[in-house]
Amino acid sequence: MKVEKSAVAGTLESSDAMVTIEPGESGIELELSSVVFHQYGAQIQKLVYDTLHNLGVEDAKISIVDKGALDCTLKARIECAVFRSNGIVDNLPWGGAIR
Amino acid sequence: MRNPEKFRLRRSMLFLNAQKPGLIRDPYVYAPDTIMLDLEDAVAENQKDAARYSLYHALKEIDYHGVERIVRINGLDTPHWREDVRVCVAGGADGIRIPKTESGVDVRAIEEEVRKAEQEFGVEEGKTLLMAALESCMGVINVMEICRSSERLFGIALSGGDYTKDLQTVISGTGIELAGARQNMIIAARAAKVQCFDTVYTDLDNMEGFERETAMIKAMGFDGKSLINPRQISIVHKIFTPTEKEIIFAEKVVREIDEKKKLGIGVFTVDGKMIDIAFYDGAKRCLELAKASGVYRKGAAEC
Repeated sequence: MKVEKSAVAGTLESSDAMVTIEPGESGIELELSSVVFHQYGAQIQKLVYDTLHNLGVEDAKISIVDKGALDCTLKARIECAVFRSNGIVDNLPWGGAIR
Repeated sequence: MRNPEKFRLRRSMLFLNAQKPGLIRDPYVYAPDTIMLDLEDAVAENQKDAARYSLYHALKEIDYHGVERIVRINGLDTPHWREDVRVCVAGGADGIRIPKTESGVDVRAIEEEVRKAEQEFGVEEGKTLLMAALESCMGVINVMEICRSSERLFGIALSGGDYTKDLQTVISGTGIELAGARQNMIIAARAAKVQCFDTVYTDLDNMEGFERETAMIKAMGFDGKSLINPRQISIVHKIFTPTEKEIIFAEKVVREIDEKKKLGIGVFTVDGKMIDIAFYDGAKRCLELAKASGVYRKGAAEC
C-alpha cells in the first residue's frame, strides 16, 4: 500500500501514542520518541516495521511519540494513520493486513 | 444454533470508550460481569475509524479474564454501523449492543450483517449475540416485537437519557419519568424470556441515590444495570447477589416442595411462611443466581 498523503492518528495521553505518517521515497524512515525507549525501543521499532510490512507499506516517513502504549495500541494507531493517508474507511482487511 | 452464553450472569455492564487505550487495557481488574466497549456516543465523529482499530486489537490481544465483551455500535441512521459490525465479528466480540432500536426490523437488519460477517471471517454462526437498547417512545411501544425479533437477542436495555428526551421530560432522580418504560420492558422481557437491563446512573457524587435506584430495579425484576464508573460495580453486585439467609431459605423451599409433592401435599410452611408450587421457580432462580455469583455452598440449609 502506498502512503498517499500525510495523516495522523492517536493522542499524547498516557498509554497512547501519536503516529504521523507521510509519503516517502526511500524505504521506511522512522523517528521514535518513547517514554520507555531504553527498555522497549528495539521492540517498538520491530513492531513498527512488522506492522508496515503487513500493510504492504514500503516507502514512508513515520514519526511516533509513544506515551507507554501497549503493542496493540501502537499497531492500531499505525494502521489507522496508514489507512487515513489513503482515505480508506470501509471494507477493511480485518484479520488480513490488519492483524 | 443455541449459544450457551446467551443467558450468562450480567449484573453489571461497564461502559468504556473503545478509543481510549488507558480505559480498555485492564478493566477486568474491577470484575464487572460485562464490559461495553463503546463505538457510539463516547467516540467523536472524526475518531470513529480510530476506535475500530483500537477495538479490533483489544479484542484480539487483551486477556479480559472471562469478562464478557459486548460492543455498542453506531446506529442504523449513521454511515458507520456496517463496518462496526464487521470489526466486532472479526475481533471475536461476544455480542453487539444495538442503539436506538425501534422495531424488530432494526434488529434483523443488524442480524443479517452479523451473519454475513461471521461467514466472511470464519466465525461460527450464532456466536455473536445481540442486545437491543431502547431509547425512544417508539422503541418502548414495540418492545415485545423487539424481544422476539432474533434467536441471537439475549436482552434489552433502557437508555434513559435519549428516552426522556423523546418523552419531553428530564431525568428527575425520582425515577417517575422512567417508570412506564421500565415496567413495560421488564414485563415484555420476561414474557419473551430474554434479559432486561436498566439505564446508567450518571450522578457519580450521589452513591446513595445509585444504591436506591439499583435496589428498586432489582425489585422490579431487572437482571442488571449499565454502568459508567467502576465504583458502581460492587454496589450492583452486592444488591444482585442473594444473601446467605435467602440462599438457605431457597434451598429449603426447593427441597420441601420436591418432598411434599411426592406425598401429595400442595401447601405447607417453611420457617413460618406459607409455601406452594408458585414459590418453586423463584427459589430455583435464587439458587442459580447464587451459583453464578460464586456464593453458593450446596447444603447451606443444613449448616
